[in-house]
Amino acid sequence: MNAPKRREDPVINAVIRISGYSSILFVLLILFFLLREGLPALASTPLKDLLGTRWYPIEGYFGILPLILGSLLITIVATLIALPFGIGAAVYLSEVAPSWIREVLKPLIEILAGIPSVVLGFIGILVFAPFLRKFLDIPTGLTAFTGAVLLALISIPTIVSVAEDALNTVPNSYRQASLALGATRWQTIWDVTLPAAKSGVLTAVMLGIGRSLGETMAVMMVTGNAPVMPLQLNSIFRPIRTMTATIASEMGEVASGSQHYQVLFLIGIVLFLLSLSINIGASIVSTKARKRSERLLS
Amino acid sequence: MRVFVILVIVFGLLLTGCANQGAPAPTGHPPTDSAYIENKGSDTIVNLALAWAENYQKLHPQTRISVTGGGSGTGITALINGTVDIANASRGMKAEERDTLIAKGNDPQEYIIARDAIAIIVNPANPVDQLTLAQLSAIYRGDITNWSELGGEDREIVRLSRETNSGTHVYFLESVVRMGNSDDKTIFSANTLLLPSSEGIISEVKENPNAIGYDSLGYVTDEVKLIAVSSLQNPDEFILPSIATVNNNTYLISRNLYMYTANPPTGAEKDYLDWILSPQAQEIARGLGFIPVIIDEVSP
Repeated sequence: MNAPKRREDPVINAVIRISGYSSILFVLLILFFLLREGLPALASTPLKDLLGTRWYPIEGYFGILPLILGSLLITIVATLIALPFGIGAAVYLSEVAPSWIREVLKPLIEILAGIPSVVLGFIGILVFAPFLRKFLDIPTGLTAFTGAVLLALISIPTIVSVAEDALNTVPNSYRQASLALGATRWQTIWDVTLPAAKSGVLTAVMLGIGRSLGETMAVMMVTGNAPVMPLQLNSIFRPIRTMTATIASEMGEVASGSQHYQVLFLIGIVLFLLSLSINIGASIVSTKARKRSERLLS
Repeated sequence: MRVFVILVIVFGLLLTGCANQGAPAPTGHPPTDSAYIENKGSDTIVNLALAWAENYQKLHPQTRISVTGGGSGTGITALINGTVDIANASRGMKAEERDTLIAKGNDPQEYIIARDAIAIIVNPANPVDQLTLAQLSAIYRGDITNWSELGGEDREIVRLSRETNSGTHVYFLESVVRMGNSDDKTIFSANTLLLPSSEGIISEVKENPNAIGYDSLGYVTDEVKLIAVSSLQNPDEFILPSIATVNNNTYLISRNLYMYTANPPTGAEKDYLDWILSPQAQEIARGLGFIPVIIDEVSP
């Protein structure tokens, strides 16, 4: 407080403030751009067509339902696969593993996070899809499940590193208290440490879901991109087409301002709303969790 | 503060470094002679266009040609937006694309630069060797779903296609799925796999005995099996695709390949397009598995 006021302080303050505000500005600008390009689709294409079950834009079929369901299907399956592995690995690293193993594993997981998704896509096409086709005796290995497994691989490192950080912030006194009361190590992890880190772990899961929903390249390479309504029991082992793959493969071709262009942006809006609702859901749940734990601790 | 000053200096040095690299390297040619041609479009043509560009640049070192793929629709859209000089397309320009160009004050020009056969390919383990055009259409419409209906094993058919931005996709839809009938509004069966590249189709076909796909003859490798196709007129005569059968018009599924310019070309652009239609350049096309356009001068 009594320190001499330095000349650069106001400058640095301004720079930091601008960086903070800029993220709000960018999100608003992106939202504005999406709405401006995508909303006209609602005027140019009847809602009945948009909610149709066939996507074949070069002949005027603009049904986006198969794309939405395709994205949801692989995101849900990918999360179901990634959740036990991701949380399990985080618990192992933070609670169980000896420190030298943690020193080795943590950087390796971070390397896994840095592998470009296109590389995983190649591995999916060349190794995993042929294996899956023979192993399950299905017509083709380019399926929703193949995509979901790759998405799980892509989102696990995110889940592990964020969840592990959350577990590390749980004060050691909690664990000691639990053990002192006679709880086993497993009971301590399951009933004390994980609930205490709940909001951080939930953030990790939501980040993982966000990555799955938004991932494009690997999905485009291994899911076959057939715009089928995934409503049968075996749909998970059949090709599907996601919203992201559709935007990526078709945006380059469309004339700007055309009906097809507007509908592609409308798909972008749907994606934006989906990830927004995931984020809002996550923050509601985590604030609730925090309030409860605050009550318990006070 | 000192760090800040150093950062500014380093950044400034970086910028000047960039500027030095960006400036044209000194050469013997006066700058007025040098020309730059941006060429983009069909993935079918991209290898051919690259080979042409390389050879042409050897003959005319002052001209620089940049070639990229992306699909016929992508190339024509880029031409409309004015970001390329020459667009490659494996389908004719659509009326609305031409109208958009004219509405922007252009005078689009079309060049047929080579011909191409679309080969139907299956896995070598598949016992089916030949199909009629009607059978191919029924497969891709979704009316035939099992290889046993075609004399093969009891396996579900996996249909492979290029993405909808590919000229090959549009050509295949019009001349195979709809069998050339322009009143027919049938489209591909919904469970047709739309793969983003030619390589994707080849690699799935060579790995999967259930798959059927189509691709430009120039891209087909020995690891997949070509299917002989018969015409509607002679359903009993099955023809394998080759340069000879395309040239004598017995192999049905073949088409013209195009280059488009927004306006009548001048200077280096005109010279390049003229050279492409020369026997020398057409021989390069033949070497890559395409069918030359000036058959009389090139064929023996």
